Amino acid sequence: MSESTIDLTSEPRANEALREVWGQTLCELTEAGANTVVLDGDLANSTRADIFAECFPERFFEMGIAEQNMAGVAAGLATLGYTPWLSSFAAFLTSRDLDQIRIVIAQPGLDVKICGGYSGILTGKTGKTHQSVEDIATFRALPGIDVIAPADGQELRAAMNAIAISGRPTYLRLTRDASPVIFTGSYQFEIGQAQLLRAGTDLGIISTGVQTVRALDTAYQLAQRGFEAAVLHVPTIKPIDIDAIVEVADRANLIMTAEDHSIIGGLGGAVAEVLGEHRPTRMKRIGIQDRFGESGPNDALLEKYGLSADYMFGRALELLGSKGDAVA
Amino acid sequence: MTQTRRSGRSTAELDELSVRTRELILRSVFEAGAGHIGGPLSVTDILVNLYFDRLSVDPEDPRKPDRDRLILSKGHSSIALYTVLALRGYFPVEELATFDAIDSRLQGHPCMKTLPGVDMSTGSLGQGLSPGVGMALGARHSGLDFHTWVILGDGEIQEGQIWEACFTASRYELGNLTAILDYNRLPQFGWPSAGGYTRERPIENPAAKFAAFGWDTVECDGHDHESLSAAFDQAEAATDHPTAIIANTVKGKGVSFMEADHAWHAKVPTQQELDDAVAELTSDMLTAAGTA
Repeated sequence: MSESTIDLTSEPRANEALREVWGQTLCELTEAGANTVVLDGDLANSTRADIFAECFPERFFEMGIAEQNMAGVAAGLATLGYTPWLSSFAAFLTSRDLDQIRIVIAQPGLDVKICGGYSGILTGKTGKTHQSVEDIATFRALPGIDVIAPADGQELRAAMNAIAISGRPTYLRLTRDASPVIFTGSYQFEIGQAQLLRAGTDLGIISTGVQTVRALDTAYQLAQRGFEAAVLHVPTIKPIDIDAIVEVADRANLIMTAEDHSIIGGLGGAVAEVLGEHRPTRMKRIGIQDRFGESGPNDALLEKYGLSADYMFGRALELLGSKGDAVA
Repeated sequence: MTQTRRSGRSTAELDELSVRTRELILRSVFEAGAGHIGGPLSVTDILVNLYFDRLSVDPEDPRKPDRDRLILSKGHSSIALYTVLALRGYFPVEELATFDAIDSRLQGHPCMKTLPGVDMSTGSLGQGLSPGVGMALGARHSGLDFHTWVILGDGEIQEGQIWEACFTASRYELGNLTAILDYNRLPQFGWPSAGGYTRERPIENPAAKFAAFGWDTVECDGHDHESLSAAFDQAEAATDHPTAIIANTVKGKGVSFMEADHAWHAKVPTQQELDDAVAELTSDMLTAAGTA
């Protein structure tokens, strides 16, 4: 676990859209010498692969609305030493391409970066067809693939620099809308390392992706009620940081997980597996409750699907009220 | 008629290699007690011709960057690929005895991670052409002058991904990409028809379908090395269109009691069947060579 370089001072926080940082960082990596190619499923102006297409048109390959072929083409390019980054929505890349990724990317271990834009349920009012509530679970179960969900633009930049040279197939979970910046520019990202953003011994909130911003808000609300909640941000869901999770559980003895994803098989599932084996601890999983989403404004979705900071605050108070009940 | 080939090998020499390959395929499946037979025997001559006369490859340097690429998209014919790679010198022929065994490099379906010489892992049907498109695109982008060959089964071109790849390959004018269809017309189970099930024509008129996607097409006899070589010449000469070679083949080719019989899709021969098959292959070779 590392004490991170978190920006706790700037209020209000600046907002940054992960997709734009993604497009810009691809350009920067390539300018610095990375043998990048970007393959797009006719969504470049949504995923912001168009930023890269403008900088490096000869390294940008439009594949049309044919995502399965796109995954295979990426595998072929990877055998020649290119690092292909795939541009489409998480819902399509992780479900429709699952067999292609399994056979020609994960099994041979080819260095392809599967970048799922528009992950989770905040997808710009597109509804359940375009939302992905199960992508972490499926990719976590796929052998040989790293799974990474950054919290903000700063972390995404740092994470892309790390995964660009990992040589491993990677699923990078991205979001559509601008989200608050919580990390400073000096942040160092290491694959597999969780970040303790806030210390506390009453409750340990373990979160991933942009849900971490709401987890921090929950912790601030709890602090006003006199409860100190730790916030452990887990950007790498696989390989997961076992030591950091166990340490937070050791200190707080009560855990709440939070993710913009199903509670089945995602971060909550991963943390339950870790604690079940290493340190049985009372815990509550916050996330999508085994159902698909729908279209709607972000605030309404967060409220209805139980992801808002206020909702988490309420669940945390209930959990704290029951603290001390025996763990079976 | 004798063609001048780049390898210097005569048609008779290639025929002999085909017989040797078929015999080893049968022996390996017999030894392993598992594996496919019909498909490997139908694709044998295509693979022999490519590896012994066409592909610029070096078994001593199997990952040479400018080598020609070969993807066996119909990965269940793996034993045919392994046999040809062994005969070509990629690994000892004796290793064929490990086919399908635990810890073997010769997995049931080809694995590029374990076996040098395998350019792409395959096995889930319909996926091999897309990596071929990636290799051809990458070759052009890198300025490497190699050709990418992808062998497709006629059953697997029922998969939609094949046609996604076809559309993309013609869109990018990949003249350095060739698909070879092993058109043996005999799927594993088939389609409902008036009289029960039929295995005829898993896909109708494939040449017209490839042509509709912007590919050049050529038909050949997939068991005749002169016909195969002529088709490969034509494919390599292409500049701005990918080529689809419709290789007319017979499932189980070379052994009379296995030919065109779906039962031999994946059946292990008995000792007697193996002996009979090898005797027939050997006798045909002697006849062809005029020494019987």
